[in-house]
Amino acid sequence: MLLGRVHGTAVCTLKYPGTEGLKLLVVQPLNKNLEPVGSLQVAADVVQAGPGDLCVMVRSREAALAMPEITFVPIDLALVGIVDELEVRNAAGFDLLLKPGWNQFA
Amino acid sequence: MILGKVLGTVVTTISHPHFKNRRLLVIQPLGLPGEAPGDDFLALDSTHAGIGDTVLVNREGGGARLVLQNPDACVISLIVGIVDSVHLD
Repeated sequence: MLLGRVHGTAVCTLKYPGTEGLKLLVVQPLNKNLEPVGSLQVAADVVQAGPGDLCVMVRSREAALAMPEITFVPIDLALVGIVDELEVRNAAGFDLLLKPGWNQFA
Repeated sequence: MILGKVLGTVVTTISHPHFKNRRLLVIQPLGLPGEAPGDDFLALDSTHAGIGDTVLVNREGGGARLVLQNPDACVISLIVGIVDSVHLD
């Protein structure tokens, strides 16, 4: 599951049967520092996100499961949440390396 | 499952009903020294982990659906444990 910024909408008149009525939004996947990762993609919207919203997205089969009525449609990216608050600490302050021997975390 | 460090929290009031407005946490995978760090992702929290905790994350939908006891849950990454210590040979 990852973050994404909505950049626009995609309107398709000719679609795979069963995907009618699904709003398609153009999204840019982001990483934890809200920097773009990869290229723009089209996601099916389930939570009525608007342009410019920061959203939570889910990929692969779980995106098809996120649809309102669960039918197996060829959807592999779905918007499942709209982010209200995002708090991310600086990664430099944490020990992210696994060294040989005992790594004590608690 | 992978080992990761919780770096942040995401608060979503409008989210999919399967999320049951549980907290979403930003996870950075742990890596070996000299290895490129994995890319970060979000995981649903089922063990009340906080920022700075080292957690065990299940990144496969089937396992997440078993843990959430919901055969149709649209969840891939789910925190299944908080790690105290790790020993590497």
